[in-house]
Amino acid sequence: MSMNRRGVLAAGAATALGGLPRARAQDGRVIRIGVMNDMSGPYRDAAGPGSVALTQQAVQDFGSRGFAVEVLQADHQNKPDLGASIARQWFDQGVDVVADLPTSSVALAVNQIAREKNKVHLNSGAATSDLTGPHCSPNTVHWTYDTYMLAKSTGAAIVKSGGTSWFFITADYAFGHALERDTGNFVRAQGGSVVGNARYPFPATTDFSAFLLQAQASGAKVLGLASASTDTVNAIKGAREFGLQRRMKIAALLMGLPDVKSLGLESGQGLLLTEPFYWDLNDRTRALTQRVQAKNQNRPSAMEPAGCYGMVFHYLKAVADLGVAAAKASGADVVARMKAMPTDDDAFGPGRIRADGRKIHPSYLFQVKAPGESRGPWDLYTLVATTPAEEAFRPLAEGNCPLVKT
Amino acid sequence: MADTTSITAGALPDAVQESSGAWGFSRAQLVALAILLVFLGVAPFVLYPVFLMKLYCFALFACAFNLLIGYVGLLSFGHAAYFGMGGYLAGYAAKAWGISPEISILIGGATAGLLGVVAGWIAIRRQGIYFAMITLALAQMVYFFCVQAPFTGGEDGIQAIPRGNLFGVVPLDRDMAMYWVVAAVFLAGFLLVHRIIHSPYGQVLKAIRENEPRATSLGYRTDDYKLLAFILSATLAGVAGATKSIVFGIATLTDVHWSMSGEVVLMTLVGGLGTVFGPVVGAAVIVTMQNYLAEMGAWVTVIQGVIFVTCVLAFRRGLIGELAALLKVKL
Repeated sequence: MSMNRRGVLAAGAATALGGLPRARAQDGRVIRIGVMNDMSGPYRDAAGPGSVALTQQAVQDFGSRGFAVEVLQADHQNKPDLGASIARQWFDQGVDVVADLPTSSVALAVNQIAREKNKVHLNSGAATSDLTGPHCSPNTVHWTYDTYMLAKSTGAAIVKSGGTSWFFITADYAFGHALERDTGNFVRAQGGSVVGNARYPFPATTDFSAFLLQAQASGAKVLGLASASTDTVNAIKGAREFGLQRRMKIAALLMGLPDVKSLGLESGQGLLLTEPFYWDLNDRTRALTQRVQAKNQNRPSAMEPAGCYGMVFHYLKAVADLGVAAAKASGADVVARMKAMPTDDDAFGPGRIRADGRKIHPSYLFQVKAPGESRGPWDLYTLVATTPAEEAFRPLAEGNCPLVKT
Repeated sequence: MADTTSITAGALPDAVQESSGAWGFSRAQLVALAILLVFLGVAPFVLYPVFLMKLYCFALFACAFNLLIGYVGLLSFGHAAYFGMGGYLAGYAAKAWGISPEISILIGGATAGLLGVVAGWIAIRRQGIYFAMITLALAQMVYFFCVQAPFTGGEDGIQAIPRGNLFGVVPLDRDMAMYWVVAAVFLAGFLLVHRIIHSPYGQVLKAIRENEPRATSLGYRTDDYKLLAFILSATLAGVAGATKSIVFGIATLTDVHWSMSGEVVLMTLVGGLGTVFGPVVGAAVIVTMQNYLAEMGAWVTVIQGVIFVTCVLAFRRGLIGELAALLKVKL
């Protein structure tokens, strides 16, 4: 029996120690890009596999300039603690840059860690304007859009068309709060009023009836949806079932191409929305869409993956300029170089990155087409107005970014 | 002893007190403890230290839970509340008040303990499913409090919690420094649980588990014993949660959510209910799985469910419980 006992113990110890994976050896010549986003939840359609595909496209289009690039991916399930622990592990094991990061709460958590470890945080998917405001960091570039940009374009357009009193249905976390705050500021600045709000738990809410009834009872002229993706689609569908659109104007403050597609033109027609990227915008965006189609499940890219394309492309240019060894050594140096170089890519055209980490490009106000106007499965928008790059985002001085003051 | 509750039927009889070995450890347990100590010492040089720290936090959490279910026979389904609140308070203390990490962890533990006094005082009046439901209901109240209370930051959680300096002098920013602190906290908690179980007080707890009316008839105020066990368990769970939030610099709703209560039940069951080392191994299995299968996203939950069912159907004593039965020792 004692032999048997020893045998079992020895075997147990051997499995425990032998089966352990070794820490990955770090290779000085490889730039590792970790794409972290929502692969299984409500934001999957906007910034899930698409962001990985467009990142790979950027790496391919950049070509080889003396260093290899590896693209990894992870699902943060919209949980800040999970995102933070993945980022920490990535950075400790040789990943140089975390990209995409939708879900503002997760983005803010990872933002801290990138700064602490002196790596790079390239953000496309998160909306909160705080990333380039109070939480701005020398290691962060916020590329695609933010709540201020959305509020200024969509919010202001709706107030101008007579929507003066607002009721918000808001995702109850950093993103929703920022979007509601920024939109509310524009509404009030133009003489409108905010009569109330209802905050729903994210990401656990699928039934919006209770919130919609509150909105209906408020007597406001505009229903502001400070939500995103599936939540926005569910809320709009719910609003139509209650007949809300006959009495209120619906302002979907953050809505993207996949959302309009899943809502359908019948329900979505006439909605105003703002995006900095649309696949059918110009020759360069159409060419990019053509190139990436096979990788991207034959769908045109939404704005978040397009942002991944632009920022990864620009990041790689900065790395080539700076040298791989220096780029791997200091994330802040790469970001400083990214800010110093003008940007130019097929998704966003020429632009630049401001001192607070904000990427500057025009924003476009689109209207969703009626079913009769649409000429193809993805021909969904009509361009209504363009806000020039320098006016689209919050002025540098108003963001309270500590990097700007010093 | 005929009416042993079904939930503890898998555990080995503990009535016999081993004379060999020191400090309440039997010889087999000493061997296992030696393996554990070697692992604590060697692992950070082989494995990723932050992952190990996470593992120890959950192992301590599972040990605290096991104290209640394995030795008193009380199935609490709300332990996430103590784990999570410990994390929140420690995080808040370290961030907003700038308190050093060891005091923050104690504050986290004390908060969870106080919560345990209230919850335990209400819950121990009932048994079985009613006890589990009361603990769950109270934990859900804590969860909704955390969703709404301003200091928790709602869905964002408390972010950027500084690790600070241990005793105000040793900086914990380096992972290895933090590792030894977490390993020490875990080991202290683990030994404390073991000490509690093998004290005269622990003997009474086991008597209550086996046959509460008989323990009452012998003159023990069983409610007092159960309440104290509940508070101890909650406090240790709080310490585990507090340590976790200091390590990761973030405290979020994940840790107070009811699924966390379920996870700790799973860890304890997989490792072995009512064994000293079981919860540690169970936590290691579950945390490793979550970590290395993370690419599979939501499927991890499905795999966990399969493991739970397999465990309950095929080896009810858990990994360590089965191993102990095979070796005919107590682990």
